[in-house]
Amino acid sequence: MRLELKGLTKKFGSFTADDDIDLVVEPGQIHAILGENGAGKSTLMNMLYGILTPTSGEILIDGEPVSFSGPGDAIAAGIGMVHQHFKLVGPFSVADNVQLGREHTRGLGVLSAAAARKAVLDVSEQYGLRLDPDAVCEDLPVGVQQRVEIVKALSGPKTELLILDEPTAVLTPAEITELLQIIRNLAKSGTSILFISHKLKEVQAVADTVTVIRRGKVVAELEPSASEAEMASAMVGRAVSLRVDKTPADPGEPRLEVKDLTVVSDAGVKVLDGLELTVHAGEIVGLAGVEGNGQTELARAILGLVKPDSGHISIDGRDVHGRGPARRIADGLGYIPEDRGRDGLVAEFSVAENIVLNQYKDEPYSKGGVVDAGAVRRRAVDSIAEFDIRTQSPEESASSLSGGNQQKVIIAREFSRPRRFLVAAQPTRGVDVGATEFIHSRLVAERDTGTGVLLISSELDEIYALADRIAVIYNGRIVGEVAPDTPREVIGRLMVGASAATEPARDDADGGDR
Amino acid sequence: MSTQTETPAAGKPEADQSPEPKPNFMRLFGRYLTEANSVMVTIYSLLLAFLIGAVLLIVSDEYTRSTFSYFFARPQDAWYASRDLVVESYTALFEGAILNFNTLEQYQAGQAEFGNLLRPLSETLTYATPLIFTGLAVGLAFRAGLFNIGAQGQLIFGMMGALIVGFSLDLPIWLHLPLAIIAGGVAGGLLGAVPGVLKASTGAHEVISSIMLNNIAALFLVWALGTAFLHSETKPDLVSKPVDDSAVLPTLLSSLNPSLRVNLALVIGIAAAVFTWWLLSKSTFGFRIRAVGFNEHAAATAGMRIGSTYTTTMTAAGALAGLGGAALALGVSSGGITTNTALDYGFSGITVALLGRANPGGIVASALLFGALKAGALSAQPDVPVDISTLLQATIVLFIAAPALVKAILHLRTPRGGLVTLEAKGW
Repeated sequence: MRLELKGLTKKFGSFTADDDIDLVVEPGQIHAILGENGAGKSTLMNMLYGILTPTSGEILIDGEPVSFSGPGDAIAAGIGMVHQHFKLVGPFSVADNVQLGREHTRGLGVLSAAAARKAVLDVSEQYGLRLDPDAVCEDLPVGVQQRVEIVKALSGPKTELLILDEPTAVLTPAEITELLQIIRNLAKSGTSILFISHKLKEVQAVADTVTVIRRGKVVAELEPSASEAEMASAMVGRAVSLRVDKTPADPGEPRLEVKDLTVVSDAGVKVLDGLELTVHAGEIVGLAGVEGNGQTELARAILGLVKPDSGHISIDGRDVHGRGPARRIADGLGYIPEDRGRDGLVAEFSVAENIVLNQYKDEPYSKGGVVDAGAVRRRAVDSIAEFDIRTQSPEESASSLSGGNQQKVIIAREFSRPRRFLVAAQPTRGVDVGATEFIHSRLVAERDTGTGVLLISSELDEIYALADRIAVIYNGRIVGEVAPDTPREVIGRLMVGASAATEPARDDADGGDR
Repeated sequence: MSTQTETPAAGKPEADQSPEPKPNFMRLFGRYLTEANSVMVTIYSLLLAFLIGAVLLIVSDEYTRSTFSYFFARPQDAWYASRDLVVESYTALFEGAILNFNTLEQYQAGQAEFGNLLRPLSETLTYATPLIFTGLAVGLAFRAGLFNIGAQGQLIFGMMGALIVGFSLDLPIWLHLPLAIIAGGVAGGLLGAVPGVLKASTGAHEVISSIMLNNIAALFLVWALGTAFLHSETKPDLVSKPVDDSAVLPTLLSSLNPSLRVNLALVIGIAAAVFTWWLLSKSTFGFRIRAVGFNEHAAATAGMRIGSTYTTTMTAAGALAGLGGAALALGVSSGGITTNTALDYGFSGITVALLGRANPGGIVASALLFGALKAGALSAQPDVPVDISTLLQATIVLFIAAPALVKAILHLRTPRGGLVTLEAKGW
């Protein structure tokens, strides 16, 4: 399929999300679209997939103008989409998920399980995507779930164009390598691919051509051979330093000591299993690992929201057993939660209220149980200036800010009070390149003032950029502590539980015990 | 209670292609009137409810219904009968709640005192007073994300607490009355604390436990009224001893006319509303309540103790409802409480809080409206069915709770930021 967009524009009121976008995807081409959050990528894809109607401009498929009034039209025209957040029914089997919305029946609404299973097997054979049609989706590893999504998208009546929206955000390095290979194979068999990402390395590895959009406009058409710096500056609109400037660490006394920490979940699973970890003053320890291996519980146990079943946590040399989160925060624990929307912000509160969310009881923000709105506002005005938070006013509700600016609110909250130790979980998730650069430099500056930093990230690039030491977590244990110059492959093997030296034996279809 | 914003499908403001005309005051005002914002939705809900009430009045009246049987022969009969019925019924409600036109004529003719003229208003305020307290009890809990269905039971406990201190102690009025009022608050607070403690310690849902506590409180009252300690020494029916004169809430206007029942509890209720407003918007405790109510996860991550917030909020909410009970036991029912004294003040408090959108100011306003409906309906019976008041209350709340319905019926525009609906968390 040859897809062409001509002058595609989408306006929301006075705001132009996409402005005069021209784009051509040739048959069998892998076309990457690069852009920051809010650049207009999602709006563009939603127009292509029939979720939004363009304000002006046209979409041409094989030279014919088309108009979609819903995703059904787009699917009928041969467009399939794999969403960033999977749209699978967890308890359903793979076959049932694939046939969702276009069920195979034997007439009169009686489902035909055999036909559904055969359809899955046909597609997975045709494209070389191994899948067990009877497996229950929620039991599958994330990478395999994504494969289900791809098969689902390819199972349309005649899917010839596949849109992949940030497909690698949740995958392990090995799964990413595999996905990129799948994408190459699909393109070879003639399927056109629109690959949306803000990860430059993947784009370089897989794309045939790269379109960069910024503020709703196409700002550059690049070859995949273009350098990362070139791509990043096109995305951001100015020169970006991808490398974080930092001097070698000068570790001091231990600020965090975790000894033999075990946490058993409500379901009876050991989510942390005798974990040992030490972070010293003045160093950043990067905790690498596939999500769901105990990082969340470790962070919450350090804060005091999860009670350990056994083991000890010491912060700044003191055993914190029996101290609640408020006490630990007051004693100098900084905490950037991994899920900003859930744990980081009260969306309905103003920016100012969010900045003092864990200090509202302290002077000068309140006295004798009465909040001093003036002091809160002054603090907010200062923080907004210092951390470059883009907001109309301190009274604006946090929900109206972009993801990057919401994260800056949290950074401002944690960095404007004295602290001894900082947990930064996924500090740049869903944050654009410019804000990432800013947050990274603040984390390094934080380290240089002597704070111990535990950086939890599922992005190896981030760990490499910041960490002075890398610990790898797998199944609730630290399975390796390595130097920051350790090759990616070695860490990748540790992350899936294999020893650093040997090649892991894996079975793709069932993905092991996660 | 969280304020949820429903935005159109794509999560973006709706496209507005038309070139913006120059805004002037009248145009902006017109836009405001045709927009489904919370103020206009409230106003339209009231109008729609009265419209539906009119239809049901017509349907339920035998004579008017009979005129419809020959509608095609003489449609004017049906029209006049319907019009007269609706106008008379709503006039009767108005006269019972705000101003009686007959009394007004008598007053102008010098046959009635000014105090007589105030009687409907006094009744409205009397019925509104307990609703202010129970509305605040539900509204405060809403702000912490809790649905306090237990205001009825808390009010009953408050009644009993105030009553016991009211008749069993022998103290001067400046000490006795405040003590009795406080006893009501404490008793209500103790009952309110139970669902809070249960939720904080075991995760038991406050809706279930507070509903059950309502039954427990109501049956406990029946039992307690039968005990020698509480039972009246002079009357055989199930009625309590009267409270001592030193614990009776003084009336505000009885010097004008002895029939004006409104008493000091109204002032205490308004003070409680002001205090609740201050608590929510100015105090650190209110900051914590609102943070927990909007997002308990973020609140917990910021070091706030969620369980203790639930417990203290429910205790405070119970105390507010308990004060409402004290207002009854030391006020209009100071001669002795019965199983009927509490009426449905606690349950109506839920609707009052909903209508007032969990804001203390809004709660006072909606308590006054509900008090007026109650006073009007009681004085207009038997000419107007007394159920009309309940029906109007129910319909108003139905529309308030479903702004999309009002928007669809009246073809209103979506306001900037989307429709605002109210919902209690986790329910």
